[in-house]
Amino acid sequence: MTALETVHAIELRGITKRFGAKVVANDHIDLALDRGEILSLLGENGSGKTTLMNMLSGIYLPDEGEILMEGKPIAIRSPKDAYDHGIGMIHQHYKLVDVFTAAENIVLGLHDGKKLDRKEIARKVREISDKYGFGIDPDKKIYDMSVSEKQTVEIVKVLYRGADILILDEPTAVLTPQETDRLFDILRAMKADGKAIVIITHKLHEVMAISDKVAVLRKGKYIGTVNTAETDPQKLTEMMVGHAVSLNIDRPEAKYHDLRLEVKGLNCLGSDGVPALTDVSFQAMGGEILGIAGIAGSGQKELLEAIAGLQKAESGHIFYYPPHPKSDIAGKHVPVDKAGEELVGKTPTQIQKIGVSLAFVPEDRLGMGLVGGMGMVDNMMLKTYKEHPGPFVDRKPPKALAEKLIDELEIVTPGVNTPVRRLSGGNVQKVLVGREIASSPTVLMTAYPVRGLDINSSYTIYRLLNEQKMKGVAVLMVGEDLDVLLELCDRILVLCGGRVSGVVDGRTATKEEVGLLMTHVGGGKEAEDHA
Amino acid sequence: MHEANTPLIRLAKRDGMSRGKMWAIRAAAFVVAILIGAVVFLLIGNNPISAYGTILTGSLGKKTAIRQTVRIAIPLLGTALAIAPCFKMKFWNIGAEGQITAGAVGAAYFALFWADKLPGPVLLVVMAIAGALFGGIWALIPAFFKTRWGTNETLFTLMMNYIAIGIVNWLQGGPWEGRPGSQIIPQYDSAAVLPKVLGVHCGWIIVLALTVLMYFYMKYTKQGYEIAVVGESENTARYAGMNVGRIVMRTMFLSGAISGLVGFIVSSGADNTLHSGVAAGVGFTAITVAWLAQLNPFAMVGISALLAVLEKGADTLQTQMQVPASISDIITGVVLFCMLGCEFFINYRVILRGHHKEVTGA
Repeated sequence: MTALETVHAIELRGITKRFGAKVVANDHIDLALDRGEILSLLGENGSGKTTLMNMLSGIYLPDEGEILMEGKPIAIRSPKDAYDHGIGMIHQHYKLVDVFTAAENIVLGLHDGKKLDRKEIARKVREISDKYGFGIDPDKKIYDMSVSEKQTVEIVKVLYRGADILILDEPTAVLTPQETDRLFDILRAMKADGKAIVIITHKLHEVMAISDKVAVLRKGKYIGTVNTAETDPQKLTEMMVGHAVSLNIDRPEAKYHDLRLEVKGLNCLGSDGVPALTDVSFQAMGGEILGIAGIAGSGQKELLEAIAGLQKAESGHIFYYPPHPKSDIAGKHVPVDKAGEELVGKTPTQIQKIGVSLAFVPEDRLGMGLVGGMGMVDNMMLKTYKEHPGPFVDRKPPKALAEKLIDELEIVTPGVNTPVRRLSGGNVQKVLVGREIASSPTVLMTAYPVRGLDINSSYTIYRLLNEQKMKGVAVLMVGEDLDVLLELCDRILVLCGGRVSGVVDGRTATKEEVGLLMTHVGGGKEAEDHA
Repeated sequence: MHEANTPLIRLAKRDGMSRGKMWAIRAAAFVVAILIGAVVFLLIGNNPISAYGTILTGSLGKKTAIRQTVRIAIPLLGTALAIAPCFKMKFWNIGAEGQITAGAVGAAYFALFWADKLPGPVLLVVMAIAGALFGGIWALIPAFFKTRWGTNETLFTLMMNYIAIGIVNWLQGGPWEGRPGSQIIPQYDSAAVLPKVLGVHCGWIIVLALTVLMYFYMKYTKQGYEIAVVGESENTARYAGMNVGRIVMRTMFLSGAISGLVGFIVSSGADNTLHSGVAAGVGFTAITVAWLAQLNPFAMVGISALLAVLEKGADTLQTQMQVPASISDIITGVVLFCMLGCEFFINYRVILRGHHKEVTGA
């Protein structure tokens, strides 16, 4: 290194990317990456991390600025250009052909016209695999693989093509703690081998665990790069958010603590006819947040949908018990049998009227629960439009509700009739959770309520859930961030392959404990990814 | 950025555009279409200005011409209105052709066999109801199969067109044939013919009334709301407690019923008989009308009028200037292409290498 100018493996100078006239996804970003180094690219959702990396991997073209490789300016116009320069990106959503083997996926798109030498490919895949400790079977079909194995294939694919600069976009989002540790070991082995690695993430403890340097983006702007050894989560959060934030989540004690839902021996089939839930039994209490943990596709969706009446139960019972007569939420819904009202066999509308509310936010956030092309007003009346007599809809009450929510939850929207698709993730989430809470539920079910939210919005959602809990509502929350579940929930139900592998106390359980339960049912079959 | 590293042309998505600018682009697209059409006229040796003049005078120049143009616009508008709720629901009903034909069959049955048994106005009402019912049931069949067994509605509705037309062919040559060997169904009794208002059969009043009704139906009723939700996301509809299958079938019945009503209007008001060409491609052209109008009923009035002007004008062009019919089809095609194509420029902007200014146009 000279004092004049340091040559980096990759250097970005003044990179700018705009979408449309108003959105500046990246605003003059400078970034440098060296070999034998792991750089964390940290920022909240929407801060421009993925956009920036997509410009390195040839998916987008920068509007301004230049990319230097070993000090020389290069142009990356396509993913192929990126590969030619030794840059490989592992995306959040894997791009693998299900019916092909690992080896077939790895060579897919290579070998222009040449004959496939399967033996040679398998040998090379094994060589890479052994070198970094992947433990991958080249002949295994993708559909037989767990999420973590699929990710490994993606990484090997990139290495096979000779990449020595690797970009991983949120690689741990779908992994259990144990799998994450294994991935980190691999990353360290690659770093020791002289590869340059960028890992995009918003999980602070992972940043601290794996990276050498941290580059922080905020709202498309480059805030700075710090050495991991010289910083801490609190400082990083301040860089990310722009001001000091308290990172503690409250876990207050509710006044009423009574049995609300009792699930007994529930069995459900998934959309593909394969059992999605097997013999699921548990209880949910009013005045409690029950977390539901598990690898993606372990039956979380089916469980919530079964309770909401959207998923047919093959056998088993779901009993509902009315709230304590003195609690705030009593007496607002259709009266039910005090000895337990059976929910199995009821329609979604009947179940809603009892007070069971589902704020389900699936992967694409708008696929269910909200209609993306409609404004807040029309979304507010989604479940209540039938209550107004006559053939016409009455938009006055939903409009009033929309205005109230905008006010109370500080929802940022150009107007009550702006399609909710155009709102940011955090605002969409507030619209959805706000509407569900407005129906004063006695059971509030929510899945991934803070997915894609910035830290402030996440804390707003946690506060709303806690408020509901204090009122005596039974809150069920499917989550993916174990740290959050352990801080927020009173109890955590762990699902594994559609079975209950355990229920732990949120106050005493450890992350490792939950992680183990996520992959093993006591004496049961291995966890599988049905997703 | 190094000049040579950027591609020559790039696209960027726009985020919203003022209403005025949107209409300006559409108007520009129309002008471009007219210019391309002018080139076509020049190539075949016609004066474009007089050709366009002929189209205008031929379609709107005289009272009789206007009446004929309106007659062309009536079924286009009616059928576009019929298709709109289906398309809003993202149910690709391309079977309006068959539904019109089926409706015409229903109406024809009463026109042919009940004309002497029912008083005039009652006969017409019965014919209208029969037309709507036949068209509705014809549309209900693919909807039922779709909700029950997940069949492909596009193929199913398309096939239903051929069946309906085949049935009329059979009726024409068989049970309903007039003079033996004529292969023609006899003309309706005058009681079964729609009366004229302002020189055109009163179908125009019916479709204009339907335009207003459809606007309110889509915008202010619970059913219209349900259609919009199902169209956006079936999962969300189910989550909201809607019975998606029932909504799909109900909407398709409604759509088919309006198409069937159009079949009644055409066979009673315009053709005064039933023949296999009763729909005459209207079921397909109406899809263009509905899309160009972006499913807005009031915009459909304008679009169907525009297409009717082109069609009627092209006819005159053929007879007066000996321009082949295929040329007028090309002109119509160019107009549609430009109108649909300009939506691209409303959604995206084009950036040329070295320019950071946007380039608009069509």
